[in-house]
Amino acid sequence: MKTAEEIKLTPEIIQKHGITPAEYGSIKKILGREPNLTELGIFSVMWSEHCSYKNSKNVLKLLPKDGPRMLVKAGEENAGVVDIGDGLVVVFKMESHNHPSAIEPFQGAATGVGGILRDIFTMGARPIASMNSLRFGKLDDNGNTKRLLSGVVAGISHYGNCIGVPTIGGEIYFDESYEGNPLVNAFALGLARREEIVKAKAEGTGNPVFYLGAATGRDGMGGAAFASKDLSEASEKDRPAVQVGDPFLEKLLLEAVLELLKSGCVVGIQDMGAAGLTCSTCETASRGNTGVEIDVAKVPQRETGMVPYEIMLSESQERMLVILKKGREAEAKRIFEKWDLHAEAIGLVTDDGLMRVKENGVTVSEIPAKKLADDAPVYIREEKEPAYLKSAGNFDPKSLGSAGDLNAVLLKLLDAPSIASKEWVYGQYDHMVRTNTVVLPGSDASVIRIKGTNKSIAISTDGNSTYCYLDPYEGAKIAVAEAARNVACAGAVPLSITNCLNFGNPMNPEIFWTLKKCIEGIRDACLAFETPVSGGNVSLYNQNPKGAIDPTPTIGMVGLIEGREPVTSHFKNEGDVVILLGQTREELGGSEFLKTIFGVKAGVCPRLDLKEAKALNDLMIRLAKENLLASAHDCAEGGLAVALAESCISNKGYEMGAAINVGATPARPAGGRRVAPTDVSTEALLFGESQSRVVISVSPKNLKKAEEVIQSSATPYEVIGKTGGEDLAIQVIHRGLTPIPVRVLSHTWRNAIGRRMRG
Amino acid sequence: MSCFLINGYPDTRSHTRFSVKFGVVVFPGSNCDEDCRHVLKNVMGQEADFVWHKDRDLSRYDCVVLPGGFSYGDYLRTGAIARFSPVMEAVQKHAERGKLVIGICNGFQILLESGLLPGAMLRNASLKFVCKFVELRVESADSAFTKKTKKGQRLRLPVAHGEGNYFADDEALADLKKNDQILLRYADNPNGSVEDIAGICNKKRNVFGLMPHPERASERELGSVDGRKIFESIVSQ
Repeated sequence: MKTAEEIKLTPEIIQKHGITPAEYGSIKKILGREPNLTELGIFSVMWSEHCSYKNSKNVLKLLPKDGPRMLVKAGEENAGVVDIGDGLVVVFKMESHNHPSAIEPFQGAATGVGGILRDIFTMGARPIASMNSLRFGKLDDNGNTKRLLSGVVAGISHYGNCIGVPTIGGEIYFDESYEGNPLVNAFALGLARREEIVKAKAEGTGNPVFYLGAATGRDGMGGAAFASKDLSEASEKDRPAVQVGDPFLEKLLLEAVLELLKSGCVVGIQDMGAAGLTCSTCETASRGNTGVEIDVAKVPQRETGMVPYEIMLSESQERMLVILKKGREAEAKRIFEKWDLHAEAIGLVTDDGLMRVKENGVTVSEIPAKKLADDAPVYIREEKEPAYLKSAGNFDPKSLGSAGDLNAVLLKLLDAPSIASKEWVYGQYDHMVRTNTVVLPGSDASVIRIKGTNKSIAISTDGNSTYCYLDPYEGAKIAVAEAARNVACAGAVPLSITNCLNFGNPMNPEIFWTLKKCIEGIRDACLAFETPVSGGNVSLYNQNPKGAIDPTPTIGMVGLIEGREPVTSHFKNEGDVVILLGQTREELGGSEFLKTIFGVKAGVCPRLDLKEAKALNDLMIRLAKENLLASAHDCAEGGLAVALAESCISNKGYEMGAAINVGATPARPAGGRRVAPTDVSTEALLFGESQSRVVISVSPKNLKKAEEVIQSSATPYEVIGKTGGEDLAIQVIHRGLTPIPVRVLSHTWRNAIGRRMRG
Repeated sequence: MSCFLINGYPDTRSHTRFSVKFGVVVFPGSNCDEDCRHVLKNVMGQEADFVWHKDRDLSRYDCVVLPGGFSYGDYLRTGAIARFSPVMEAVQKHAERGKLVIGICNGFQILLESGLLPGAMLRNASLKFVCKFVELRVESADSAFTKKTKKGQRLRLPVAHGEGNYFADDEALADLKKNDQILLRYADNPNGSVEDIAGICNKKRNVFGLMPHPERASERELGSVDGRKIFESIVSQ
């Protein structure tokens, strides 16, 4: 067998590595010579879209990253760090694991959770919560979607439950555009004291470089490169590119790494995630402005006959690169041994700026670390407004005629998997371990307390891809706004976001255009809400043989509550007053109503006025601060009717009815607008998805004070009814729903997914 | 202002006197160890230390807690590897001396594997992990772990397990019933457990295993304080 150095690089080999002739020219320029096969492999993974963001970097720079609370900004480290006061910081990030999950849902999703958790604890923060944002094809009569959903949920459950980090919520949507290309975006958040934050840097010439954790195998070979291609029928053959996770080993790594970091013997540490040993060595060297020299023969291996090329590119899970302070090795080894972990010294920090790879003392690769890590090509891709937008935007929902019986419509919406209770999913996740989850999954935001302080963290993940399909800019703005509104409904001040940008092939100018528009939408919304982007990732090439997925930016919003209890979304007491905050407009385009009842994905998606949205959030936070809210629930998919139903039924075992009459009492206009103008159709009033609306309930004794606070804001409102009884009855001006028993609503909503999964 | 202001440190501490010394065992893969110690120390006001799985001396503790989690990854079978760890020899002796042992979730599974309690655990009937609040019925208040409850009392505690489907053969079941060893039953069985069994003790009534998590239901802000009844029983010795 020829060694890597002896193999002549033909144009075919170069092309197989996804390296273009121009990129090959840059590689030769950086090296001052031809690369060998190992070096070509190293460049190919570091310069893949997954690691280099070469196609998206140019537009990602539009995102706002600055803010008074931002301690580590997006792109600087493995995850963003946000100051929450009193010396505490939260570290959080969301990352996609879409392609592996499409091929092998259980391990793909499991290792997605493992990877994001490692990003958090290598920063010195203890992971305290996970969430996830999932997208699948239609659930009805589709064995493949059921298989993928079962596998993904079982994988997340397997990994998260075992490692003991609660999975406290998330979101799931079902839409045919994800057929065969599901999205698995895993979010994790950690907590640390400010001074505990550690950088992934290789500093101090002569400091030893340690390899910690699982032995290296051939699994996950070239996973980063694999995630940067379209999925095709042949992707099944890429199955070895999906890694296998071991949550127990990661639990040991987690405890050992946190103990190691506390001991003070660590200079820098980085997870071996995508592009494994390659990425962790060149990135730590680049950040430290140093070089790193390693010998692959010292790397623990679980397969025989592995060549340097394979060892450098392997994506075996649960591995870390640790740079120790020289002279502190014995102390570190005691900690490794305590946790029964395998660690090997594999190299040293050098001062020559090179990433040098040796095999038994013979150099097999030598690349300037900084150029490899940071000088990947950046492309400005061609962009073009998609042709479909025009016809989709011209669609008038009124042309569809009557939706028929409104009671039946409401029940159908509650039975739609995208709206229905996700209990079937989160019931499989341990969402309570660590005893901090004070708002369990199922409310607008999930909330965890921080023991020993008066602080709680509210988290919400959001992203409506139908809106983004119909209007990428507006849709992405709405994703941020909804996430902000959800944490504000819990009474939290939105602090910062992380995002995953899931799109199709960026070489398609129409797809690139939607990516750019979505980023612009996120930018404008983040500026309005003063929630900078702390980090995230980009997942391109989400295509199946039928085409690209709908543009799907998913947003993970983190908010802070101090000195008070969180607000939840369900009605609490009989006789509370129900109030609708915000303006309802004739907006049925892109709604779940059109999708579920008429099978139509068209129209103009709701407009979002950022000033209106910000004012509503400020109002929600003020109402919470003054302890005036019994409940608060965002109006989202399915509109006002679904929001009311959910407030009635989301507290299992304590369901409560309500009698609602929209338009019966005089609306309190703010800025001359009426909450529910008479020129809005009944369908739009009930099921339209106008933005910046919240249903609150207020105890009668707080009503006067609550109305004063609301009136002092710019948000219009209307008292629409009272809680109580065993039915939900909704009257809207002239039409309405006959009373429906809440137990019927609850049964439909709660069993919608389980029923399909069993069927 | 509510006691939420000091998260996890309710202003109404049940006990301020150090009456019972707890040792919370930490196996590799334990993940409810901190939760148990938090409740024992900060809610119950008791002394509670972590005990490393390689330790062999439990003589300073009155009550040993085997917490939930995935000890040794629960590879092979839940609790099957943990039973061979050095600390389990000490737990055996601790139990033989008549001192208290409580195993919660994975801790219960370890007690079954090590023979300190009769029966075995199967995968949930649904074949899925289940995490939710469940309602339990106290079957016997005659134990160090349930004396502060009443027979027939309902407790609302969370479960979180993939293998909580308790099984014992007819002979063992008859024995359990004859000796009043069944302390807790599910009101709405979440896992297929035989005769709805949620928690049992040994014949000497000093070793208790249960699948639900009392430590997750001992603070008002977590939605239930019924779990405190178990800890209050233990500390009122």
